Amino acid sequence: MGTVLTVKNINVYYGAIHAIKGISFDVNRGEIVTLIGANGAGKSTTLHTVSGLLRSKTGDIEFLGESISHTAAHKIVSMGISHVPEGRRIFQGMTVQENLEMGAFVTKQDRIPENLAYVYEQFPRLKERTSQIAGTLSGGEQQMLAMGRALMSDPELLMLDEPSMGLAPILVDQIFEIIQNLNKAGTTILLVEQNAQMALSVADRAYVIETGKISLSGTGEELARSDEVRKAYLGG
Amino acid sequence: MAERILKNISTRGLKNAVKGNEYRKEALISYGILIIGYIVLQLGASVGLIGKHLQGQFVPICVYVALAISLNLVVGISGELSLGHAGFMAVGAFTGIIVMRVLEPHLGIMPIRLIIALIFAAIMAAIAGFIIGVPILSLRGDYLAIVTLAFGEIVRNFMNVLYFALDENDHLKFAFNHTIDGITNDQRILTGAIGATGVTKAATFTGAMLLTAFTLFVVLNLKNSKQGRAIMAIRDNRIAGESIGLDVRKYKLMAFVVSAALAGMAGCMFGQNYSTLAPVKFNFNTSILILVFVVLGGIGNIWGGMIAAALLTILPEAFRQFADYRMLTYAIVLILVMIGTYNPTFKARINSVIDKIKPKKKKDSGKKNKKSKSGKEVA
Ligand SMILES: Nc1ncnc2c1ncn2[C@@H]1O[C@H](COP(=O)(O)OP(=O)(O)OP(=O)(O)O)[C@@H](O)[C@H]1O
Ligand SMILES: [Mg+2]
Repeated sequence: MGTVLTVKNINVYYGAIHAIKGISFDVNRGEIVTLIGANGAGKSTTLHTVSGLLRSKTGDIEFLGESISHTAAHKIVSMGISHVPEGRRIFQGMTVQENLEMGAFVTKQDRIPENLAYVYEQFPRLKERTSQIAGTLSGGEQQMLAMGRALMSDPELLMLDEPSMGLAPILVDQIFEIIQNLNKAGTTILLVEQNAQMALSVADRAYVIETGKISLSGTGEELARSDEVRKAYLGG
Repeated sequence: MAERILKNISTRGLKNAVKGNEYRKEALISYGILIIGYIVLQLGASVGLIGKHLQGQFVPICVYVALAISLNLVVGISGELSLGHAGFMAVGAFTGIIVMRVLEPHLGIMPIRLIIALIFAAIMAAIAGFIIGVPILSLRGDYLAIVTLAFGEIVRNFMNVLYFALDENDHLKFAFNHTIDGITNDQRILTGAIGATGVTKAATFTGAMLLTAFTLFVVLNLKNSKQGRAIMAIRDNRIAGESIGLDVRKYKLMAFVVSAALAGMAGCMFGQNYSTLAPVKFNFNTSILILVFVVLGGIGNIWGGMIAAALLTILPEAFRQFADYRMLTYAIVLILVMIGTYNPTFKARINSVIDKIKPKKKKDSGKKNKKSKSGKEVA
């Protein structure tokens, strides 16, 4: 199987605020791993630390056996980690196609047509809207665009931060279906979600984060059945 | 399936063509303004329609147009508010003056001397841009604006205590915070707050116009390059830019340093237009003046800023008797623009007026424009 990502004992601070208190986890090739937890638990902070936008004071982060805890954020992208940040960060003024092309900024030129074809195959909704200005897309389409753009850099590991946020149930289903398709096509996925039920149903393994610490871990099924998780995150 | 999709991607080429057209349109208008402006002013002067006073403004007009273009690189294209552009201008101006004086005994041909001075001015201003750019570009928004403002003031105050002179053996002498002894007045180059004296004017209208064209060339090409697209993507959404692997600091710094270098060159040309030049010329007001050009021309709209710079330099001269009210006029215009850009109802009204004007324009612009417009309308 092989480990893609290893996070060892990271501690992250925002000034005096100790947001991540010694988190460790790993992601194996071909898996969907999910981090769930309440608001403010530190899920986004964890992803930001992996992608190099925040730094840990301790520990180490390894990607494909190589330490990336001091690597610049833009280099981490070209190494093969794509981060889809929370809240649909798209280039509003550009067209759908231009957004996708920007996603391939660190990619070799000759890979771009192939990647574009793959993205349009996974997201037919985007293909119908290649020249639409991205800011006029619906929320769900914007989420798809953000995900599609992240795929343009040929990621080994795709990190998704709350892709279902603010979407209608049908769209949530669609997004999760796409996540599973991408995973089947060979992309390893680290998924952060508030929607614990959905996340656990697609995840191979899951970690529960509580105020900056991992409180539980196990397979998706195990956690979905666990009393603690059901009480805290699945509503009973 | 994949093959069919691959075929569809040949639309990619078309998309780029449309982008290319937009670029060509912008370039056409901008260079057109320069050429027409040059011909009109040149003709007006030779026919005698333009008086001596206004002719004296030809070089400053070019310089301010160049400054507006270069500041637009930071404010419009990179999206950072910079309030210290006059600082870079000052670095370029005084570097240029020193280089010109040092070379004078050795190099008789004025234009070549000027070109060398311009290069040195660009390098020094770029270094200044780099030194302040590295620490401050991690700041955002208002904080960056405040630090650039301070930078402009620091440069000016620094110039106030700089003393340079060329002694009888043509050796450059330098003193900090005190006058240089044992030299005649003619030998002085920079004298603290008095500034530069005895400058042999090297700036010509044609030279200044060529510099403006060069500035335009650099900025338009950068804007249309891969780097330029990265700079604009970061401006549009910094977090998205980071997430797709753009080196935010590198691109912000690139825009900032190039802009500084171009401002230095403009400053050098400016300094070569006067026989004396005091540091006070490069105060906060001048930084604001350049920013006003950019804002009035529409932030990011390069030729808009060019027109604003030219008009706002010409008008006070043309109506000299009202020149006392210049700053008052600026204040009023700025307030109007702020109302225009931030007041939704006012903005909607302006937009509806623009929409009414636009279709007419479409008809008389050629086929090329139509193509790019229709591309947009599909979007
Ligand atoms: N830029 C910041 N400055 C200071 N504190 C921050 C910053 N960003 C996050 N925090 C704090 O760090 C903690 C973890 O935040 P984080 O965004 O990682 O939570 P999260 O698990 O992603 O929550 P949510 O599900 O609401 O997105 C919170 O207490 C938050 O207030
Ligand atoms: Mg979050």
